[in-house]
Amino acid sequence: MKDTASTINRRNFIKLTGFTGTGLLLGLSLKGNEGITAIANINHAATAFELTPLIHIDPNGSITIFNKKPEIGQGTYQSIPALIAEELGLSLDQVIIVQTGGEKKFGGGQFVGGSTSIRTQYTVLRKVGASAREMLVKAASQQWNVPVDECYVENAAVHHKPSGKTISYGALAEAASKLEVPKEPKLKDPKDFTILGKSSPRPDVPLKTNGKALFGIDVAVPGMVYAAVEHCPVFGAKLISYDDADAKKVKGVLRVETCERKFGGNIYEGVAVIAENYWAALQGRKALKLKWDYQGNDAFNSKQYEQKLRDLAKTDGVVAHSQGDFDKTFSEAPVKLEAFYETPMVSHSPIEPMNCLASWQEGNKLEIWVSTQVPGGVMSEFSKDYGVAEENLKVNVMFNGGGFGRRLYNDYIHEAVQLTKKIGKPVKVIWTREDDTQLGPFRPMTFSAMKAALSTDGKPLAFQHKVISPTLDNKKYDRTKSDPTMTEGISEQKYEIPNMKNLFVFADLHIPLAAWRAVTSTTLAFSHECFIDEMAVKAKKDPMDFRLAMLTKDSDAKNVLLKLREVSGWDKPLPPGWGRGVAQYEFFAGLAGYVIEVSKKGSGIKIEKVNAVIDLGTVVNPDTVKAQVEGAAVMALTAAIKNGISFENGRAVQTNFHNNPLVKIQEMPEVKVHILTNGGPTIKGVGEPGLPPFAPALCNAIFAATGKRIRKLPFDINKV
Amino acid sequence: MPAYELNINSKTYKVDAEAAMPMLWVIRDLAGLTGTKYGCGIGQCGACTIHVDGNPVRSCTFPVAGAAGKKITTIEGISESNEHAVQKAWIELQVPQCGYCQSGQIMSAVALLKKKPNPTDADIDTAMQGNLCRCGTHQRIRSAVHRAADIMKKSF
Repeated sequence: MKDTASTINRRNFIKLTGFTGTGLLLGLSLKGNEGITAIANINHAATAFELTPLIHIDPNGSITIFNKKPEIGQGTYQSIPALIAEELGLSLDQVIIVQTGGEKKFGGGQFVGGSTSIRTQYTVLRKVGASAREMLVKAASQQWNVPVDECYVENAAVHHKPSGKTISYGALAEAASKLEVPKEPKLKDPKDFTILGKSSPRPDVPLKTNGKALFGIDVAVPGMVYAAVEHCPVFGAKLISYDDADAKKVKGVLRVETCERKFGGNIYEGVAVIAENYWAALQGRKALKLKWDYQGNDAFNSKQYEQKLRDLAKTDGVVAHSQGDFDKTFSEAPVKLEAFYETPMVSHSPIEPMNCLASWQEGNKLEIWVSTQVPGGVMSEFSKDYGVAEENLKVNVMFNGGGFGRRLYNDYIHEAVQLTKKIGKPVKVIWTREDDTQLGPFRPMTFSAMKAALSTDGKPLAFQHKVISPTLDNKKYDRTKSDPTMTEGISEQKYEIPNMKNLFVFADLHIPLAAWRAVTSTTLAFSHECFIDEMAVKAKKDPMDFRLAMLTKDSDAKNVLLKLREVSGWDKPLPPGWGRGVAQYEFFAGLAGYVIEVSKKGSGIKIEKVNAVIDLGTVVNPDTVKAQVEGAAVMALTAAIKNGISFENGRAVQTNFHNNPLVKIQEMPEVKVHILTNGGPTIKGVGEPGLPPFAPALCNAIFAATGKRIRKLPFDINKV
Repeated sequence: MPAYELNINSKTYKVDAEAAMPMLWVIRDLAGLTGTKYGCGIGQCGACTIHVDGNPVRSCTFPVAGAAGKKITTIEGISESNEHAVQKAWIELQVPQCGYCQSGQIMSAVALLKKKPNPTDADIDTAMQGNLCRCGTHQRIRSAVHRAADIMKKSF
């Protein structure tokens, strides 16, 4: 092969015809293991008829369901189309699933975040499916001139019961598409469900076991070049000058251009080396010589900042929530306790690093291929920022190699768009793992000052959780008010404590910060639920009994604890040297709890057993729910016992997985997941709730086993 | 630039590349096989795992110069139609979440089972600890390796 890069790449070309409306279907055929391997939004075959914007049926019988919720590992590639397919009487292997790209016609909600997908779509999409079903049935009944009631749907066809006549959805597509979309279609009785509520295989899984699934980083288009961008590891630095002479000498390097990463209202300058392949771009980047003005930010270090947070903890801050009279009760109470908790910044570290392919085209048109959680946000932001009409902007949303909140942000997309606009060729920007680890955005640290008062017989009288932290967007934060995100969940716990005053103390920080899976609940649950444990100890009560005694009224939180008590065998004795800990946390995304058992092993701790309970009103795919909680536990353990992100000389100390490690297979015990579901109308989130209560349950278990109270994360589990 | 003749998945690829260019980028950017993933570039995450003469190797730190004359296998060479016992087990137990690390996980698991058809948990720890997963599919990976061992036994 002579012209290797351009000839061989062609097999992976995404053959989108862009804006012509006659594109090749790039959805995913789900029949067997064969199939087209991309998910990308399409201008689907012009022969298909639109029943609703989300359902297209071709006369040849192929049925396309558009999915507004990008797949980031949480299972929406199955659970979202399933809501529509269920009502249409289809199985998922009878449909083509196509990811939307922020197009207006698909409406709002084209994002995944906050564990909202099923919660917001459960009824909405069932109605969409039911409407299409009613349209197909009506079309058939009109064709046969029979009453609608005598018809039913099965296996992609409408059937007439009395006569046994059958007509396929494909044959009905045109007639059905001309009918009015019913506003209040009749939904299926849940007892007749064939997909919903059952553990169903995910259609993306077989593509992820043979290398066929296309992530953003995998997309190639003709004429594409690669870019590696050098950024300043000190945030807020200004580029003085750069010398690209040596970079341009690297074989394969084509150009060197500047670009701007936009994040949180700030601009972070970068210098991009553009090359024929990514390796050449990396070599060129290493040869760049840059001069930065650090603007004094190279003096920043974590130790000083942490001390600043401890000092700020002595101030009052602003009230986040108040009930009863905390101050008076606390000052007069016979039994008091106080404790201070600290957590670190952490990185998202999805294994697919940030990347984006962008192609600026004639006529002010732009096409983007990206792993993103926010197709709708990409569409609106890039249309606005680069003056491209939405109909001239095409966003192809690929499988996300992990999200965890990182891909809610579009900072790296700006770099690819600016570079393609500058050079007039499709440019694929790939961040290195070092970029990903050092440049943030990070989950902010929170410090917590806790206070509680008890009666002499151990009843909780007063409670205070004061959060000291920066906010996710310091520019927009109103300093006269508490920040609901940074005090997330602390005032929503169901414990009946008569006097409570929660506070927020703002601490400024110049580092890019972001939502991380389960957001601030991942740190606040630790301080909150460990301190509840401290109260139980002070009251000389069993931690489970102590919690349940504060939950006299019926609540989901109470049910979670009761279920945990049952499944964990809480009341059974443990071997010597073992300890058991419990924690639960309720916040915007939902509710879960853990009982964890540990044993003292040498100088460290071994996690022996993990039981998790997640509370859901209604469940779509129980196996996916279990997988999400299993995974949340792993992520929570990493955040509890691995390094976190710290700063010296203005730079993140951690650079890659060798010094920003993740929990490995041998460190992770089995997690038994129990789903509490009442089948009721209140649906709770799945992706995030499994994370927050893990660390406090673990640390409470360690206290039970060793008498050692852990109040600072991360800690070394091999030296407790 | 030197030219290399490479045997990848029993096909011959002729590429022009710097001797130091890691096989990861040769496979992805020059051979156009994108199942092998970039995760860290320093052999710490295992997403780029391939087989070189049957042994698992981190392709991000394995230069093309070392690959000439060797039999290279990528995820695409295991079985495109998911016929391998490891792939079957992975699907049966619904291991992948985001799926990005799973090519590498499967390559490590296939190599392990070739050497040890009945792996213990300790064998799995040793063979799989170099493959990171941010979604946290750890316990399913363990179960799926055991399951694949069962499937392989039954197929004899």
